[in-house]
Amino acid sequence: MGLDIRWPIGLMFILIGALLAVFGAVVQSDHAISLGININLIWGIVLLIFGVLMLLGAVRGGKKPPTA
Amino acid sequence: MQPIQLQWIDYTILIAYVAFVLGIGWTLARYMKTSSDFLTSARSIPTWVTGLAFISANLGALELVGMAASGAKYGIATAHFYWVGAIPAMIFLAVFMMPFYYGSKARSTPEYLKMRFDERVRGLNAIAFAVMTIFASGISMDALAKLLNQLLGWDYNFALLICSGVVLIYVLKGGLTSAIYTEVLQFFMIVLGFAPVVYLGLKDVGGWHAMNTALQSVAVNPATTFLNSSTNFAPDAWTSAWKPVLAGPAHNPMGVDWFAMIFGLGFVLSFGYWCTNFLVVQRAMAAKNMTAARNTPLVAAVPKMFFPFLVIVPGMIAVALTSMPDKNYRIPPPIVSEENYAKAIDAVKSASPADSAAAVKAVGDALGEKVAADKIASLVAANAASKLSDTQIKQGLYNSIAENYYSGVILSLIKKYCPPGLFGLALTALLASFMSGMAGNVTAFNTVFTYDLYQAYFVKGKSDRHYFITGKVITVVGIILSMGAAYFAKQYDNAMDIIQLVFGFVNAPIFATFLLGMFWKRTTGTGAFLGLFGGIASSALFHSLTIAQNNLPGVKGGYVHVLQIFPSEMAQNFWLASFAFTVCFLLTVVISLATARTKSDADLKGLVYSLTPKIVDNNIPIYQKPAVVGVVLLIVCVILNLIFW
Repeated sequence: MGLDIRWPIGLMFILIGALLAVFGAVVQSDHAISLGININLIWGIVLLIFGVLMLLGAVRGGKKPPTA
Repeated sequence: MQPIQLQWIDYTILIAYVAFVLGIGWTLARYMKTSSDFLTSARSIPTWVTGLAFISANLGALELVGMAASGAKYGIATAHFYWVGAIPAMIFLAVFMMPFYYGSKARSTPEYLKMRFDERVRGLNAIAFAVMTIFASGISMDALAKLLNQLLGWDYNFALLICSGVVLIYVLKGGLTSAIYTEVLQFFMIVLGFAPVVYLGLKDVGGWHAMNTALQSVAVNPATTFLNSSTNFAPDAWTSAWKPVLAGPAHNPMGVDWFAMIFGLGFVLSFGYWCTNFLVVQRAMAAKNMTAARNTPLVAAVPKMFFPFLVIVPGMIAVALTSMPDKNYRIPPPIVSEENYAKAIDAVKSASPADSAAAVKAVGDALGEKVAADKIASLVAANAASKLSDTQIKQGLYNSIAENYYSGVILSLIKKYCPPGLFGLALTALLASFMSGMAGNVTAFNTVFTYDLYQAYFVKGKSDRHYFITGKVITVVGIILSMGAAYFAKQYDNAMDIIQLVFGFVNAPIFATFLLGMFWKRTTGTGAFLGLFGGIASSALFHSLTIAQNNLPGVKGGYVHVLQIFPSEMAQNFWLASFAFTVCFLLTVVISLATARTKSDADLKGLVYSLTPKIVDNNIPIYQKPAVVGVVLLIVCVILNLIFW
């Protein structure tokens, strides 16, 4: 059906991941609530990587959906 | 509960999600040309997408909230709802049943019943299903609006309207495809939104082993955490999945025996839901070919098997945290109004430490909740010794309420561990699952209503254009009815109990009808119809004559006469399902034998197992063969059961 869902998933998680990572790295300074871990930065990067992988899948798969 | 102030980052994440969801609907709108595009996705979607949507349609927010709640109440045994109550049925659907659903070209499960039996069976199933989907979607929206109201201080009506509005737009634009695509997005949102919460929670309790050690000390005296206040269990009651169940209903917090667990949950309820419920089966029917359709439930089974670690473990973490005094956490108590807290604070201040019984009563009355006497007494004493601030007293009161509001577990953990940013992500995940719960139900409703009720009974033989427009109108009607159902659920405190009760009556026997229809060619339409009817009636009868311990006759059962008392509501449900299934099965067999067949073997080709040529999977790779994949998944599932034995 026309649209490869990996595009919106990839783009959305890249956007949200980047937002979280930048927020964690630049804006937020107190990490007491998350046990002293800068969870926004770490998790933002995880989301970013996930988003990039999704986009790579979409680009490589082209318009053809995967078979499995 | 004080509303939380969302920060700009949280709003940005929320808005980004909504924008993408609407964008998907918008992009898909131009592909929607026929009723089949809109209502059944024209059978065009790849397996991994239908597979994740299949699991996501089931993983509504109520399930997320409910599984964490059960994880706290019952521990790892809650995983039986996955390892016993889902995986085997999903594999059965893929290997044995999907060929008939997909191969018969039926557009819905009621339509399969029409092809296999007759209009009566289809009508009964379609009407029951349509009503259920509306109420299910209404319950979901009511819960969402209440959550936004309590958590963020949004107005209930506004929250309901805006969330329904978003769902309406994307479903109306992109139909079933939109719902399925959004469900995939939601799947990743939930997994990626909750994983960090589980990680932080586990880290805080000191890791998996420390959590289990804490749970073992709770199990031998659950009253300390206000769990299951009357009974003490063996140390492994919360940390072993099978040993406490095998030891008998008195030895596990669920209060169930192994037979009800395996037959009632593992066979009747689970197969009845996963193999016949159009909400999930519809996702597999949208797949692009037979192999894809059969593999859909198998793709779904992989994450399903591991979901307990995401959705049940948070409940177990919550209990472990509650048992650790230095963590300053408890499972949230029932929500008490600020007004009652103020009254109770006054009661603490005016109480005399000498007469602690009177103090406890006065404070408990002011709060309107059951309180732990020792905690109130020490609070009153502490206040008498040196004046405490109102905030300190309120905290003390909060900790002394001797009841748990288990549905609050998941939110309380999100609040405890998520800084702004991550909080927005987790909240969006929760919101996403509520909205897709509504979308899933509405897309199942519009298909069944348009094809199985409108086209079958009201307006036959019109152009496809006519049914395409009807499908869209019915979508709008479905959303409006769901909102009505949400207000109904809001109005009556026990609305949810009643609705779930009726679901139980209707769902318990249905699998017998499908099973006999698919695997016994002698089953007749009359047998199926009367058997199903009798099965539904027998569940109502069973319920009216039985009750669970500690429940009063009424909506929980026993309103005619109490013949049997079960150790728990769960045991009552499992036995009810077993009973209704057996009645439906036997009635259908007996009546079928007594009535003449109206369909010849030729009519039933492709609908009944023995009359359908077996599918030959020669030309597909071994890792895509449903039978092979199914066996592998079953082995993994058994291993999981053994690990947590």
